[in-house]
This record gives sequence, C-alpha cells and structure tokens, in this order.
Amino acid sequence: MLRLLQIELYKISKRPRTYIAFAAISAIVFIFQFAFKADGESYMNLMLQNVQDSFSLDKTKAINGYFMCYIILNTLLVQVPILVALIAGDAISGEANMGTLRLILTKPVSRTELILVKFLASFIFTVMLLVWMAIMALFVSMFIFGVDDMLIFRVKGEESQILQITKDDVMWRYFAAFGYAAVALTVIAALAMLLSIFAENSIGPIIATVCIVIVCTVVSNINVPIVERNVKPWLFTSYLVGWKGFFYIGTTEDGEPIKGSLENWPAIRNSLYILIGHIILLLGISVFLFRKKDILS
Amino acid sequence: MSVIVSVKNLSKQFNEIRAVDDLSFSIHEGDIYGFLGQNGAGKSTTIRMLLTLIKPTSGEINIFGKELQSNRNEILGKTGAIIERPDMYKYLSAFDNLAIFAKMSGVPVKRSFIMERLDMVGLAERHNSKVRTFSQGMKQRLGIAIALVHDPRLIILDEPTNGLDPQGIADMRNLILGLSRDMGKTVLVSSHLLSEIEVIANRMIIINKGKKITEGSVAELLNPSNTVVHLESTDNNNAWAVLQQTKWSADAVHNGAYIQVTMHKTELPQMVSALSTAGVGIISVKPRHSLEDYFLSLTNSGAHA
Repeated sequence: MLRLLQIELYKISKRPRTYIAFAAISAIVFIFQFAFKADGESYMNLMLQNVQDSFSLDKTKAINGYFMCYIILNTLLVQVPILVALIAGDAISGEANMGTLRLILTKPVSRTELILVKFLASFIFTVMLLVWMAIMALFVSMFIFGVDDMLIFRVKGEESQILQITKDDVMWRYFAAFGYAAVALTVIAALAMLLSIFAENSIGPIIATVCIVIVCTVVSNINVPIVERNVKPWLFTSYLVGWKGFFYIGTTEDGEPIKGSLENWPAIRNSLYILIGHIILLLGISVFLFRKKDILS
Repeated sequence: MSVIVSVKNLSKQFNEIRAVDDLSFSIHEGDIYGFLGQNGAGKSTTIRMLLTLIKPTSGEINIFGKELQSNRNEILGKTGAIIERPDMYKYLSAFDNLAIFAKMSGVPVKRSFIMERLDMVGLAERHNSKVRTFSQGMKQRLGIAIALVHDPRLIILDEPTNGLDPQGIADMRNLILGLSRDMGKTVLVSSHLLSEIEVIANRMIIINKGKKITEGSVAELLNPSNTVVHLESTDNNNAWAVLQQTKWSADAVHNGAYIQVTMHKTELPQMVSALSTAGVGIISVKPRHSLEDYFLSLTNSGAHA
C-alpha cells in the first residue's frame, strides 16, 4: 500500500496541473494582501458602518495578519473545492483516459487497494493545498501586516457582532480551522473520486463535482423550514464553512470573551461527524462500484 | 506439457450482446498460442477476462492450475500483458514509467536494473525522454519492457502489432519467437493480422461472434493438400493444354489472366517442372493456401465447432 502511495504521489507531483492549484491560491492571496495594504481602511469602514456608533477601534491595528487570514479564508475556502476536484476527479478517469488503468489492473494490485491509495493521495494533496494556504494567507500575512488581537465581524440573526480574540488565543484556532477545512475538503475529494469511476475523461467528473457543490450550496442556503429541517442537516455543503466556529469565542453572561473557549463546540463536533460520515459513505460506494466495474477503456 | 491456462465454458454478456459465448480452450507451457478472430469477435473481451479486467458472466478460468479470481494477485504476479495499445504515462520519462510498473509488480527497483531492461528493448539512450515524444514503435517496445519487467511465466499480447511499421512487426515477431524459444515463456497472442500468427504460433484458436470455430495445432489446421495455386505464364492457353495432360486436370480452372490449380503443396515443384519441360514460360506461381484463407473461409461460412 505504501509502495503504491509513493507511486501515486510521485505521479501527482510530476503533473503540471497539480501546480495550477498552488499558483491560483498564491495569486488570490497576493491580490488580497496587496489590496488591503493599499486601501484596507476603506474595507474596514464598509465592514464597520453598522456598528461604528457602538465601537471605537484603531482600524490600522485591526488589519493585522490574523484578520487578513480570516478574510482570505472566508473567500478562498469556497473556491478551493474546485481545485480539489481538479485532482480527485482525475484519479480514476484520468488513468482510464490515458489507458493506464487497464495496465495497472493487470499488475498484482487489488482494486480496493487502488481506490484507497487514490483517495489517500487526494487527501494528501488537499492537506498540502491547505498547508500552502496557511503559509501564504497566515504566515505571509503575519509577516506583512504584523500580529495583534483579532477582530471577527459576524452577522448573527438580525444583529451584527464584533468578536475580539486576544493575539495569544488565535493560533490554535487557525490550526483547528485548517484541520476542519481538511476534513470538509476531503468530502469533495471523495465525491470527485466516486464520480471519476464512471468516466473515461477527467472533465466530466470535475464539472459534475463542481455542479453538485453549487447545487447543494444553494439548497443549504434556502431558508425554507421544510428544507432546513429535512434536507440541510444531511447536505455536506451545510458544513463546509463550519471552520468559522473555531473563531466564535465563548463569552460570559456579561458578554466578555473567555480565552480558549468556543461558543458551540458540540455543533462543530457534530459537523465533523457528518462530514466524516460522508467521506466513509462515498469511499465505501467507490470501493464497491470499482470492484464490480468492467474495465473497458 | 502442463496446462498453463484452462478456460471452460466462458461467457460474457453485455446487456443484449453476448460478446463471448461458451468458450473453452487450453494453453500449454511453452506454447505460442494464436488467438484469431475478426474485429468484434470477442478476442479482447476474452483476454480482459483472463486478466481480471472484466468479470465473466459464467464459466471458469484457471491459470497455473489455480482459479483466477480467488488467486488474482498471485497469478497476475506471474503474468505480463499488453492490451491493445501500449499506453503509459506520457508526461513521464521511459525510465519513470518502467520503474513505476516494476514497483507495482513487486520488483525491487534499482537504476541499473531499469537501465538494463530499457537497453534490452533499445531505449536506454532515450531513458530520460518523455513518452509523449516517442513513436508508436518505441511505445510498443517500452510496453514490452513493462510487460516483461517482472520476468513473467505467461505473456498475454493483445494485438501487439497494431500501428507498427513493417520493421516493427518483424521485430515484434522475432521477440515473441525468442520469448518462447529462448526463455521458455508461454505466450498468448491475439491479432487480426493473420499472417503474423501463421508464422509464430504453434497452436491456435479461431473465434467468431464470441464462439469457438476451431482449435488445434497450426500444422493440423493448415492442411497442405488443399493448397490453391495461381499460375501465370507467357501463354496461359498453352499452359492449360499441358495441364490437361496431367493428374491435376480435374482440379484446374482457367480464369483467363491466370490458371487456378488445387493440389498438395509438395506437388508444386513437380507441376512447375512439367510446364517448363513443355516449354511454357512461367511468370508467377502463387500458392494461396495460407491461414488467412482458411480463417476467412471458416468465418465467412459461419461454421461453428
């Protein structure tokens, strides 16, 4: 299994398309950093327009490395599924398209082993992507904008909130958030790989994955009670942005933030369970179908 | 000799189409076994079932004396194959491709070993070149190196001469003969280029519409007593008159441009001598009883064994 995984990672590392994702992330992060460096105050004015009367803050201090990373992740983690689908959607279909799938399966490699290795390689790619994102969005931003207490702007129900997290309470939240994002994106990888089994070129599964994510995201955002009760809880897209929960700090009855706390840990934990359940289900279906599939490519 | 591949009552149904229908055959150790059939006859489907790429609808496959599905990895570890085109990772070098598939086959990968294998197929100098820059012949040679990298006992080649130029076809033929003669390998080779099978295989099967038409040794199936000779001479009327005086008169037909005579292949020099003695100038003598004629006559007649 390890031998196969090494081969798979080597193949991924040699494909130019692998680096498209890293280049895209770098470009987006750079644009954000440049824009905020040049005119961050305007953005802050826009964000604070509803709460300016209640709060007074030093806007230049508010735009720091931690804040930047949060803003970037808010935008980027919605787009990253496409980048994950680029690799995972190609996992089996790309081999079928090249004609190498039949060659691999004439070697003493079991189909279950192959699917698991392809999945693991997609997972590792996803983690690498997030590590790169952490380096670019968090550490480079910390270098450019410095470090200070972190402000989170949040709309909860009808009211706008500003949460403040002290700078010594931030880093662990980022590690946890990136970990959560890895699980969420692995669902996308598992979905893309499942679709990849049915196709003989990678365009189909990649587009199908993106379409499913878009449709499910739209459904996840429909505020109709019957959908909210019966559909939303089972859609993985309802939990894709659950990483934000790590930045919703717990407060005292007086509204004072409690260092090291989370507002709703059980909700985050349940989200993780549902996402992991999706991964197991999608992977199980992939193994089942691939073991039965006739290789005609 | 021991039976290496034993196929019994093998069938494969794709929806409404019965691609392989109750097929049985066996391949013995050291055989070069020709698998003949027109396009769509069911050759590739059968070969894919032998390699576990397709699951049979019914029937039994035993390789090296063991049931295929339950001993898949062990059997495939001793089998090398090229299925149709020799496809590989075009964005990787020849060296990387061979190293990857060697690793998958469980062979310890050392640089010297891989280079030696590439040298065997004449690709050592291009070991660093990306496969996308290779000609079809070079890809085919790399495909052979991949199929043989783990020193398999059984080699399955599906249409190995597809897309090759005449020199490539000759090289492939010599390679297959060498595998059996020099290395004692058992080879199953399918092709619709029947002239290739005729010169390399010692046993063969002919299938049509998924069914076996005949199976046996090439020598048996090529009965030389029915050789059809096309004779062209400087004066066909004179040649015809001479032939009327011989024992072949009953089996001769005058077609104007040439005379067709049916005879035992060994009688051919005798007929040429008789015509020369009678002063007939011979332009060409073409014996036409090849395996191809035999194959076409069987498949066209729809005869089933």
